[in-house]
This record gives sequence, C-alpha cells and structure tokens, in this order.
Amino acid sequence: MSKSLTKLTITEWRLFRREPAAMMFGLAMPIVLLVILGSIPSFRKHQANLGGQRVIDLYVPIVIGMGLATLCLLLLPGAMATYREKGVLRRMSTTPVPPSRLLLARMLIDFPLALIVMILAVLIGVVAFGTKVPHQPVGFLIALVLTTLATQALGLIIAAVARTEGMGRGLGMILYYPMLFCAGVWVPRADMPHVLRRITEFTPMGSGVQALQDSIAGHWPAASQLGILVGFIVVAGALAARLFRWE
Amino acid sequence: MTIIEVTNLRKVYGEKVVVDDVSFTVDRGEIFGILGPNGAGKTTTVECVSGLRTPDGGSISVLGMNPRLDRKKLQQRFGIQLQESVLQSRITVAEALDLYASFYERPADWNELIDRLGLNTQRNTQFGKLSGGQKQRLSIALALVGSPEIAVLDELTTGLDPQARRDTWDLIEGVRDSGVTIVLVTHFMEEAQRLCDRLAVIDAGKVIALDTPSGLASHAAAETRLQFRPSRPVNETDLLALPEVGEVHVNRGHVTIAGNENVVQAVMSLLARNHIVAGELRVDQATLDDAFVALTGNSAE
Repeated sequence: MSKSLTKLTITEWRLFRREPAAMMFGLAMPIVLLVILGSIPSFRKHQANLGGQRVIDLYVPIVIGMGLATLCLLLLPGAMATYREKGVLRRMSTTPVPPSRLLLARMLIDFPLALIVMILAVLIGVVAFGTKVPHQPVGFLIALVLTTLATQALGLIIAAVARTEGMGRGLGMILYYPMLFCAGVWVPRADMPHVLRRITEFTPMGSGVQALQDSIAGHWPAASQLGILVGFIVVAGALAARLFRWE
Repeated sequence: MTIIEVTNLRKVYGEKVVVDDVSFTVDRGEIFGILGPNGAGKTTTVECVSGLRTPDGGSISVLGMNPRLDRKKLQQRFGIQLQESVLQSRITVAEALDLYASFYERPADWNELIDRLGLNTQRNTQFGKLSGGQKQRLSIALALVGSPEIAVLDELTTGLDPQARRDTWDLIEGVRDSGVTIVLVTHFMEEAQRLCDRLAVIDAGKVIALDTPSGLASHAAAETRLQFRPSRPVNETDLLALPEVGEVHVNRGHVTIAGNENVVQAVMSLLARNHIVAGELRVDQATLDDAFVALTGNSAE
C-alpha cells in the first residue's frame, strides 16, 4: 500500500471515529436490532409455517444485510457527497493523488468494520438466543465478503456522482429501502412468494441475504446468487470508477 | 526565465464563454497578479493552468509541461490554494499537513511550515474550529507542503480583516523570497499594488492590460489633482498659463487643479513667487483603482 493511501486510510479512520453518531448508526444498529427482536418471546418460538424455524433465526442474516446497507448505501455516499460539496475533493484533485483514492480509503475502513460487526451479530445471536452457528462456515464467509463488496460497489456509484450531501443521502435512501425489502426486513425471505424471492435475487441484498441464510442452514450458497454478487461488484465497481467526479 | 506561458486560452461552459482570449507569461521568481472583477474568468484561468480543467482553445505550458497531459508530474512541483475549498471539518491542522505531505515525492518539513505560518497553537485544532485567517494560513501551508516551484493563490485575503490581510501579505513576500514563483488571483487593488511585480487585468474573459502596477496606474490616469485653500485669491489666468496645468476650478475659496505629474511643483513655485500660502493642501495621484475603473468601466468591489 502506498504511503499516501496508508495516510489517507488512517486519517479517514480517525475522522470516522470523531463522528460518534455515524459510528453508532452504522455499527451498533444491527446488533441492537437483533437484541430487540430476540427479546420478543414469540420470535423465539418455532413456527410450523417457517419450516420449524424461529423468526429470530431468519433475522440474523436480515440484520446483517440491514447493517451493510446502512454502512454502504447511507453513510458512505453521504460522507463522499459532503466532501464533494464542500470542496474537499476539489482540493485533493490539485495534488498528485487523485481524490478517488479517498473512496478506496473508505472501503478499506468499511470492509473490515462491516465484517467484524456482522460476525459479532452472529455470535450474539448464537450466545444470547441460541441461533445457529453457520453450518457451512466457508460458504457463509464467502457470502459475507461478496455481499459486503457488492453493496459497497452499489453505494460507490452514488458516492461517485452525488453533488451535494442532500443528493447523496436522497439517492442513498432511494436504494436503501428497496434493498431492505429485498433483504427481507419487512417480509422475511422465507415468507416471500416464490416469484418475489426469485425477482429480489437480482439485487445484491436479495442474493446476499439468501446466500447467508442458506449457508447458516448448512447449504452451500447457490452459484447463481454468488454470480449475481460478483456481477454487481464488477459492473457497479467499474461504473463507479468511471463516473467518479471531483465536482 | 518564463515558467508559465498561456497563449490564447479559451474556456466555454455550455453557451457561456468564461475565458475568451487570455495570454500572459510568468517569469521565475516573480509575483504575478491576475486582477479582475468577479466573474471575469480569473479562477477558470488558473484552474486551466493547474490542470484541473481542459481548455477549449489555446495552449498552456507550465514548467515546460502540458498541465493536462503531464498533470501528475506537474502537480509535484505546483502548489495551489483554491477559493471555496475546505478540508474535512474534523481534521486537525497537523493531521492535514501530515496527510498532504504524504501526497508528494519531496514534501517540505510541515512542522517548519506550521511555525512559519504561525499555526503552532492551532496544531491540534480541528479545521472546522479555525478562524477565517487561520484557515487561510493553513490553506497557504497546504499549497506549500509539496515544496512547489510555483504556488497559485486564489482570492487569498477575501473575508479577512485588515490586520490579517496585512499579515498574509508579509507572509506571501516571505514565500517569494524563499524562491517560489507566485501567481496571485485577486480583486483587491491594494493587494495587487503592494505585492505584484506584474499583473494582468482580466475582464469578461479577456486580458485588457498587462503591466507593472505603477505602469498600469500611470498609464490609465496620467492626471494629478491638487486642492488647496489659498491665503488670498489666486489669479486663475496665471495658473492656466502654466504648461503643467490642465484645468482650474475655484469654488468657495477652494482651488482645484488638475494637471500632469509635475503640476504640484509648478503651482507651488507660482504661489511662492506671489507670497501666497496654500492651506489644507491635498494631492491625489492616480492609483491602480483609477486604472482599474478606467480599464474595465466598473469599480473593483
């Protein structure tokens, strides 16, 4: 890693730590949500219509998806658009280091953070509410990494173009809520009609949460789902790099 | 030695011609001013020079390089302070300088810059909590942190109080004395007059004058005015007979005379010969401000 990227990443990490609200919102939310859901007694009862699973079991991958969406679709584009609006990117574009390097620095921070929080969510689920340890741990990790990257790539497109903080947050919201729906926040994926489940699989959240859910249950994630995730990483990532503007 | 050469620069945004025809050269070691009313195309011109924007016409050579094609190489040797650019609001002064120093191959010692710019007590202050003058000083420090050969400073003292402005001027002279060529974009006459070795006046996207500040001032308004209250009435015809005098007005005991640069000497000798004392004497010489108004047809601020 080059000297400038190292310094940028360290600096961005420090700045991120100085915004406790963003920190709480992005990182603590999935865990808090899991604890709240797990505290509802009926969610801890096995349900025949869910194939004998409990609601809390279904929500482990869903809160993971939700946390990722918050981090990648709301916080990252908001921060980048603010930088663009205020002229931070313009200032950087007068130096030998391109401002797009900031995106990379943010990804380097967000990625391990996301993984840590997600794994923490799984652990808390297991310890406090007896949810399953992922029966297919390798598949689970692969799904987790790919879902994180795919959601980041999607958020990066907004981060690349949004001119103002308002626009960044607005565009982020437009993606955020449909993505939450695809993740199964309102209707768990297991409850979705078959057609809807297939359609929502064409989004990073749909495929991602499905892959996480399957690997927790002990199945290897479907190739189609992993393929869709990889497709999003490549296409959205390339698009974001192409569209990136300092103004 | 010429280190910046701009020839017939043109930049269009949609229908609007922002820079129409701008040509100038900057020599190594000088402070070159770009002066003009708001919206004249000054900032766009320096943005093109720094490689931030692609010109629609004309050519630019900086340190022998094309700013667009050799942008990365050029930016190693070129520092810029842009108006309306800020930093992350929670970054501290020391962190910002340390970060920007890492962008360059041969950075300056940023601790020394902090001293030089008087930011020592603000080392650990976050950008958002700095005063306007402190932000400007940090901005200058960032423009210098790559040890550039050329520094572009855009609207450096806008929004500063008079004391902070004077301090900043001293600082810029110090930077020039350390061997950095400076391009100063401004709309303050006083600033241009005090700092610049030469300057280009830009109006509506065109260079309308290119000269030293005093050359510009004397060129545009070659008139000196003096005003006084004579101890007893003066003969107007005698005054008008002096070759240095152009016009004479007498109004309620006040005499106003306009003439060439030697008019004061001539009038004073005449008064002395006639044993007349000139009370409340005032002499107004043409300033850069007058030149600016004469050239652009509008006042600077």
